Amino acid sequence: MTELAMHAADRDIADTLCEQVRSAYDARTPLRIVGGDTRAFYGRPVEGQALQMAEHSGIVSYDPVELIVTVRAGTRLSALQAALAEKHQMLGFEPPMFGEASTIGGAVATGLSGPRRPWAGAARDFVLGTRIITQEGKLLRFGGEVMKNVAGYDLSRMMAGAQGTLGVLTDISFKVLPIPNATHSLRLSLNLNDALKKLAELGRQPLPITAAAWHNGELFLRLEGGKSSVQATQERLGGESLDPSFWTSLRDHSHPFFQLNDGQALWRLSLPPNTAPLNLDIAETDIFYDWAGSQRWVKTALDADTLRAACKAVGGHATCYTPHAQGGAVEPFTPLNAVVEKYHRNLKAELDAHGIFNPGRLYAAF
Amino acid sequence: MNILFDERLDGELVQRDKSEVLNDLQQAVPDMTLLHREEDLRPFECDGLAAYRVLPMLVALPETLEQVKGLLKRCYALGVPVVTRGAGTGLSGGALPLEQGVLLVMSRFSKILSVDPDARMARVQPGVRNLAISEAAAPYGLYYAPDPSSQIACSIGGNVAENAGGVHCLKYGLTVHNVMRVDVLTIEGEHMTLGAESFDAPGFDLLALMNGSEGMLGVVTEITVKLLPKPETAKVLMASFDDVEKAGRAVGDIIAAGIIPGGLEMMDKLAIKAAEDFVKAGYPLDAEAILLCELDGVEADVDDDCDTVRRVLEKAGATNIQQARDEAERAKFWAGRKNAFPAVGRMSPDYYCMDGTIPRRELPRVLKGIAALSEESGLAVANVFHAGDGNMHPLILFDANKEGQLALAEEVGGKILELCVAAGGSITGEHGVGREKINQMCSQFQPDEISVFHALKAAFDPKRLLNPGKNIPTLARCAEFGAMHVHNNELPHPDLPRF
Ligand SMILES: Cc1cc2nc3c(=O)[nH]c(=O)nc-3n(C[C@H](O)[C@H](O)[C@@H](O)COP(=O)(O)OP(=O)(O)OC[C@H]3O[C@@H](n4cnc5c(N)ncnc54)[C@H](O)[C@@H]3O)c2cc1C
Ligand SMILES: Cc1cc2nc3c(=O)[nH]c(=O)nc-3n(C[C@H](O)[C@H](O)[C@H](O)COP(=O)(O)OP(=O)(O)OC[C@H]3O[C@@H](n4cnc5c(N)ncnc54)[C@H](O)[C@@H]3O)c2cc1C
Repeated sequence: MTELAMHAADRDIADTLCEQVRSAYDARTPLRIVGGDTRAFYGRPVEGQALQMAEHSGIVSYDPVELIVTVRAGTRLSALQAALAEKHQMLGFEPPMFGEASTIGGAVATGLSGPRRPWAGAARDFVLGTRIITQEGKLLRFGGEVMKNVAGYDLSRMMAGAQGTLGVLTDISFKVLPIPNATHSLRLSLNLNDALKKLAELGRQPLPITAAAWHNGELFLRLEGGKSSVQATQERLGGESLDPSFWTSLRDHSHPFFQLNDGQALWRLSLPPNTAPLNLDIAETDIFYDWAGSQRWVKTALDADTLRAACKAVGGHATCYTPHAQGGAVEPFTPLNAVVEKYHRNLKAELDAHGIFNPGRLYAAF
Repeated sequence: MNILFDERLDGELVQRDKSEVLNDLQQAVPDMTLLHREEDLRPFECDGLAAYRVLPMLVALPETLEQVKGLLKRCYALGVPVVTRGAGTGLSGGALPLEQGVLLVMSRFSKILSVDPDARMARVQPGVRNLAISEAAAPYGLYYAPDPSSQIACSIGGNVAENAGGVHCLKYGLTVHNVMRVDVLTIEGEHMTLGAESFDAPGFDLLALMNGSEGMLGVVTEITVKLLPKPETAKVLMASFDDVEKAGRAVGDIIAAGIIPGGLEMMDKLAIKAAEDFVKAGYPLDAEAILLCELDGVEADVDDDCDTVRRVLEKAGATNIQQARDEAERAKFWAGRKNAFPAVGRMSPDYYCMDGTIPRRELPRVLKGIAALSEESGLAVANVFHAGDGNMHPLILFDANKEGQLALAEEVGGKILELCVAAGGSITGEHGVGREKINQMCSQFQPDEISVFHALKAAFDPKRLLNPGKNIPTLARCAEFGAMHVHNNELPHPDLPRF
């Protein structure tokens, strides 16, 4: 454990956190759960007493042979990644790091995944188990430290992306993956239609692609896997070699594309694979195609209804990444249909009867 | 265990007269097939766990969504419980009927609605057989990855309900990782779409919750699955060991070498013999254990990985390593493994299949524990093991016609699961809790955790009409079960009333 403690301070404050939740429950005080607070911009603003998670940190257990790591939620993402890298392993979902302070709890609660998502899976796909503080301030365990476990409902995966509105995550167990032996990134000059066609065609073949983006006349691809296959695919596809930091800049939004002009909001469109370009009044240079076209970053002054209607028509949805004040949408997340919303409310009422966990973070009603 | 629904422990049910329910449903959904005569009901009295049998009150075989909706609405209004059934291959009694309930059979929803090779997705109805999806995708060079050994028979709706796995899930994931979207009817007959054809959907991840929920939260009526390009090649190595523990350690060594095999399976001596007698797979009868390690992907990588794995296996003390020479031999190696259950079935009048998971490092200890239980009870146990992901399938051999043997097999099974829980594992990796493991849930979870499960259930089905008595035990049941299993002289759940 001393070796692990080098990476992240080893502090267990679960008891104190439970205590804080209990008093909030008794007093009906809303809580704002805070990890590294790097994503406060994301989602709706929460009014509440801060529940600070960053102190609750450390790697509880890590057995590279089992491919499983268990960490406290306040552990910095960077610390966890360093510990895994030492054993030549990684988190499969390539979580965005919006700042050095980003915590693993925040990453799972927001549920976001990086460029590898369509090939490797999302944050929730790698969550094996969690410890959760419930509304009554009880620390309970769901899932576990085994690869397969279908006993009881899969509460742990549902916590991923719930943004802390259903409970507080204190510990999370992940399936981890070996870092691929070989990697090569490349860029090809291609117009949008040809690029999308090529991506569909490549997607049907067993190729070691783990990231694919298009912007401004260029297709960007990342190959990862065994040495032989990466080399063979590299030779086949040609193109110019690309610095791998490109993918981090896309993942963390540090790429110059993410600088907004006046009046523009940043939107994320999530669309089915192989969706044609949408018929919207947006300059091609203001769109960044990631996930082989399934995730599109868009800079626009168009209103929420217009964007959402276009996404809905093809089976997708749109999320606004800039607060209302900067011309973004009042509701950052796509509103739910009536039946689905009913069951969201029921769930929230069961797990957080007094609305103490991040009230209003996802939607005004819960 | 007493398999009959026990109102004292499982909760009260509304009592309705069979003819009243029959009339009501016939009027409300006149064009739906509704079976009610005993001889028609008989084929539905059990699922793959054939030791447990209950005759349902009625069996409904709808063919349209409107019929399912109509049925659910009436059952909800009458307070009649509904047990959903797919193909009935489940091994935990999840589709075991209720005497006072309607069995809703989804097998007539057997259409593949679309295959989109460019988006790599297929939309299917819940009664479609698992293998049929891969067959429909094959012309495009695509397939559906999760491959339970029952794949020729089990339905995709049942796979979603159980979060089914298979021999390739360490690398390719379980059902939950390969389903993009499901359509669900709630017990009130409302339609919901969960997940999406995009890689995420707004709101809570109810799709993840629905996977593995055993028909307790809703009826799955349509599924969109992800398709993958077929690996260019797959090669399988078979390694023999003179010691089960060595084989277990070799599994860890392969993964430590940075390799995630497409499949990594282990069988012990008794399972090897059963499989060899049944399918002539070419297994070594003198080995204490074999490992099957499949490496798939691009040809050149697979060759590199085969070399690495071969070296690891040699170092781990394998007595013999054989690589399947061609596709036919590869299929033969796998046929032995995929037919292990029926093979063991031929050796013994009955067998009872367990499904515990453990951290892999605990394998030697748990295997020793199982051997001791086998010796103590006099019942032979064959071990088949999804070794890569720590999912054990001990098969307990017994003869139900011999007085007391079924009960003994159940007792040994229960103790094996408790071994798994004590080793930091779970009572079920892929077959589900169903009715079978309802008591063992009380060893894996504390009452507070079980209460959270009840809260989730209440959010979707407050009247507890969907599959009552399955998956999540009542606290009263745990108190009763706990009273029978006093550990270290501590009575679990002392605060709960006892019967
Ligand atoms: C421009 C930009 C866009 C970004 N977009 C995304 C994005 O779309 N998705 C994404 O995931 N990241 C995004 N990030 C990255 C995000 O900052 C980091 O990924 C993440 O690690 C945040 O962690 P945090 O600890 O700072 O979270 P915080 O900002 O502290 O918390 C994020 C959310 O998670 C909740 N939360 C935190 N800890 C817990 C816990 N232990 N239990 C329950 N709930 C908890 C919080 O209440 C809050 O709702 C973005 C960053 C930038 C700069
Ligand atoms: C020889 C053999 C080998 C097996 N090997 C494996 C294996 O390798 N991996 C594995 O995971 N399993 C295995 N199984 C178990 C079984 O095949 C799976 O659990 C399968 O997913 C069950 O599907 P089914 O259609 O037969 O479901 P059923 O047995 O009919 O039902 C199972 C559960 O799902 C629910 N259900 C069914 N359909 C729906 C629906 N449409 N909506 C809501 N709920 C529904 C039922 O209520 C029940 O709780 C094996 C079984 C056998 C007999």
